[in-house]
Amino acid sequence: MAIDLLPHLKQMLSAPGLSGYEDPIRDIVRAAWQPLCDEISVSRVGSLHALKRGDGPEPRPRVMLSAHMDAIGLMVTGIKEGFLRFTQIGGIDPRILPGQMVTVHGRKDLPGMVVLPPTHLLPPEAGSGVAALQYLLIDTGLLAEEVDKLVRVGDVVSFAQEPIELGESALAGHTLDNRVSVAAVTHCLDILSRRKHAWDVWAVASSQEETGVTGAFTSPVDIQPDFAIAIDVTFAKSTSSGDWRTFPMGEGVTLAWGPNIHPALYAAIIRTADELDIPYSREAAPSMTGTDAYAIQVVQSGIPCLLIGIPLRYMHTPVETVSLKDVRRAGRLMAEFISALPQDFMQTLEWK
Amino acid sequence: MTKTPSTKARDEALLALIKKLVETPGPSGQESLIRAAVAEEIKDYADEIRTDALGNLIARVGTKKPGGLRVMVSAHIDEIGLMVTHVDANGFARFIAIGGVSPLTCIGGRVLFMNGTRGVIGCERLEPNTAPTLEKLFIDTGALSSDDCPVRVGDVCGFERPFLDLGAHLVAKSMDDRISAAVAIQAIRALKDSPHEVFFVFSVQEEVGLRGATTAAYGVNPDVGLAVDVTRTGDTPRTIKMEVALDKGPAIKVRDSSFIADPRVVNWMVAAAKASKIPYQLEVLEAGGTDGRAIQLAHAGVPAGCLSIPCRYIHSPSEMVSYADVENAVKLLVRLLSEEIKLG
Amino acid sequence: MSPNMKMTNNARPRIGKKQIALLAELCNALAVSGDEQEVREIVLREVKPLCQQVEVDAMGNVLATRIGSGQNKARVMIAAHMDEVGFMLTQNDGDGLYGFSIVGGIDERQLVGKAVIVGREHIPGVIGAKAIHLTTPEERKTALKLEQLRIDLGPDGSGKVRVGDRAGFATQLTEIGPSIRAKALDNRLGVANLIELLRGAPENIDLLAAFTVQEEVGLRGARVAAYHLAPQIGIAVDSTPANDLPAYDDDDGENTRYNTRLDCGPAIYLMDGATIADRRLAEWLMKTAEEEGIPYQIRQPNPGGTDAGAIHKTRSGVPSISVSVPQRYCHTAAGLIRKADWENTLRLLSAALWRLDSKILTPSEA
Repeated sequence: MAIDLLPHLKQMLSAPGLSGYEDPIRDIVRAAWQPLCDEISVSRVGSLHALKRGDGPEPRPRVMLSAHMDAIGLMVTGIKEGFLRFTQIGGIDPRILPGQMVTVHGRKDLPGMVVLPPTHLLPPEAGSGVAALQYLLIDTGLLAEEVDKLVRVGDVVSFAQEPIELGESALAGHTLDNRVSVAAVTHCLDILSRRKHAWDVWAVASSQEETGVTGAFTSPVDIQPDFAIAIDVTFAKSTSSGDWRTFPMGEGVTLAWGPNIHPALYAAIIRTADELDIPYSREAAPSMTGTDAYAIQVVQSGIPCLLIGIPLRYMHTPVETVSLKDVRRAGRLMAEFISALPQDFMQTLEWK
Repeated sequence: MTKTPSTKARDEALLALIKKLVETPGPSGQESLIRAAVAEEIKDYADEIRTDALGNLIARVGTKKPGGLRVMVSAHIDEIGLMVTHVDANGFARFIAIGGVSPLTCIGGRVLFMNGTRGVIGCERLEPNTAPTLEKLFIDTGALSSDDCPVRVGDVCGFERPFLDLGAHLVAKSMDDRISAAVAIQAIRALKDSPHEVFFVFSVQEEVGLRGATTAAYGVNPDVGLAVDVTRTGDTPRTIKMEVALDKGPAIKVRDSSFIADPRVVNWMVAAAKASKIPYQLEVLEAGGTDGRAIQLAHAGVPAGCLSIPCRYIHSPSEMVSYADVENAVKLLVRLLSEEIKLG
Repeated sequence: MSPNMKMTNNARPRIGKKQIALLAELCNALAVSGDEQEVREIVLREVKPLCQQVEVDAMGNVLATRIGSGQNKARVMIAAHMDEVGFMLTQNDGDGLYGFSIVGGIDERQLVGKAVIVGREHIPGVIGAKAIHLTTPEERKTALKLEQLRIDLGPDGSGKVRVGDRAGFATQLTEIGPSIRAKALDNRLGVANLIELLRGAPENIDLLAAFTVQEEVGLRGARVAAYHLAPQIGIAVDSTPANDLPAYDDDDGENTRYNTRLDCGPAIYLMDGATIADRRLAEWLMKTAEEEGIPYQIRQPNPGGTDAGAIHKTRSGVPSISVSVPQRYCHTAAGLIRKADWENTLRLLSAALWRLDSKILTPSEA
């Protein structure tokens, strides 16, 4: 019985888990993966490691699937008259913030809203157009004395936008980057639970990607994979985004091509995609990919990497939008690729 | 007029140690003098002292007892400085920065080369109302020509400015991060009966990208790590907003722009400060990184945090810290290292 | 009736669960100027049992009259507008993407990255923004213009809406401690207040309740409603901005341009951009507040306007005033009010009506 991805994904989207503060989302991913794998553990920097053993002879080769689970958000830097000042965790365009609903994770969770003070209350250098992050405030609706008791500097703040189903197949919300990729890994493990596969599969929900790819730099040291597949979101075409870096939403995954990617692995996975008619675009990644693959590739003696992208509109806003079709395709492509891996696959890879 | 010294008795030995450390030159990559100075201060207290391949001074204190961990404490001993790129025909030396040097704080400054040469920094004419870039500046060593110039391409200098004792506040060119070295030295001297094997790292090349702490953390391979470093404050007129102020206690870092301090480490530090009634502040630093990031990334990852000394005017020739904050930082560090560490 | 008649306890209004539930229903409804039907239906349902006469006029205003039993009753018109600021779909780009215009005044900087609802079916959509990764630092300093934004209903969302449909922010009303956060508090608060006033109306007046349309696009509904009702006294019940945030730099001193402040009670208008309040009515309201121990504040004389701007110029003139609940963040995805300010506004209006003596309008000897 296949896992229904939509409720799984919605549950993940509603869970906080900012970079470094991933406990709530990790618990949910753990619960989803536990029945699908043989061993599960947490790395010293908070990444979730799940092992699904293959049936090949020992020593079995290992593939690592890495999807970061951390979210971007805000962090309290100061409190004034009951209003909160804040900074960002991960890259956030300040233009999307005014009027945004948030949850302040203080001594208890508090609903809040990002507000734009009237221009006359800001210094002249703030201008009257876009207000930089430092001039915005959060209003929790509580009286100042209450705020002083419940909130302190360093408290993290999540976006509070609930997930929204748009039509039949699209989903909008915050932190689709990168919980959709975690869902794709769930989908892959789910398919593999009904398949034979020679290789050991290590599924990783990595931590702190948005603040320096911390999880991806460290998990391979524990896991020692033979190669790795990073799964992350990529840019979908939409209004004002249409250049070569963008891909149509709902029409297939992307497979990155560039210096972070092992060319022979790339050739192998596109053979699988072509054979099974799973649609994909080749995503040109001319220098760094800004994903877990960027880190994993250079851990210790080096690890061959692939990067699967799920096209997503409005990245790093609370209304990121994705097509569930692409999420399933990413999961299925990984599962098909892995279940077909021969024991000696690594020896077949050639530099050409 | 200087501030009236606080009525509370101050530890003259500590002040002398700080003066010695801040006045010893040691730009990144040129840490031998400061390394020797630190080694001299701790040689009678550490169980083992070594210098690694990059030049980090690593002092082990204690052995691991039941319930103990391998703990790394890192305070960097390098400072920002300048390196000569060209000496012109008239003997003026052009330079680039080692670490984050602002041209605004250079003009009129005095420098001391590692070979003992002294010089002053001058500036070309500027367009009206413009700020200089480093390319507009030069060092004048008093030389009459290039042949006469006592420095050459690649020579390194630090800023020269004597230690200034304002009583409650202390000022020097290199509080970043010699004040933390002083805190670490005091902690080494005070640490008794720790269940842990503590590796005090006096790291090199922090200002150019946490390079020393990266190799030190690989070598030490700790279970938990703490950087000790300075942090900005928001307590001066119309500065960038920040909640940290001088005299309110050492700061416990929640994050800086290089890393998110492990929340378990933050909680451990807060609990220790509260239990010992040591004043503390929570710190969210929006620009700047510390050795904590390097420790966090070692091997399969290390829970890491940072104990910060609030400091005004960082990377200027007059970095200012509070004497009381320094004493409290020592107390907190000793307390942290004296008890079993439970990262809940 | 005696002007000093005290309200009975059961006439003293309270904000309880029932009132908040009604406000939630009102705020969560979508009623962009020109398409007020969702709110009109709620209003009709609520006022029909309370009033002797209820009609919907040519523009869509709901005019509900509650006739008192006393003698020499003053004819008091109280107006609360039903409409809200919002959007209208103007252009179908295909692929579920729609261009849109703003109806009423909304700062364009408040649009980006928000969830919206479209049409009577409340079809969900989002207003997206280019990924930060694809923007330049220069770009991020330039506010996004309306023309660059689209409402995205998802690739297969096009079939359910069409150009001309109204849209609004998708915010749902939330109670937070002492506060309420919702969209369209301007002016569903006024609508809710007017319904409550009809419930507890005194017998010494004829209460002419006008639930007006198209306030946000030029006080248009109130104008015809006032003509039709021909009142002796006009009161607009609305919500007004509270810009009571701290100044960025401490040494910039206090915020002197707050308009109103939360936690300081109902805001009585003396002058705004559309009306100079009738001084006798202002004295009546302030005296009521002081004698009843109800906190109040004077709204800072400022531009802006309420339905009173239309009412007071009707026929041969109508002495008029406005009373508003202070609200932070008007005309954004969500405003914020204090329940105490709301309750005190309702208490003030109710007490004032009970104390109203139509003689207050005769010219004083001084």
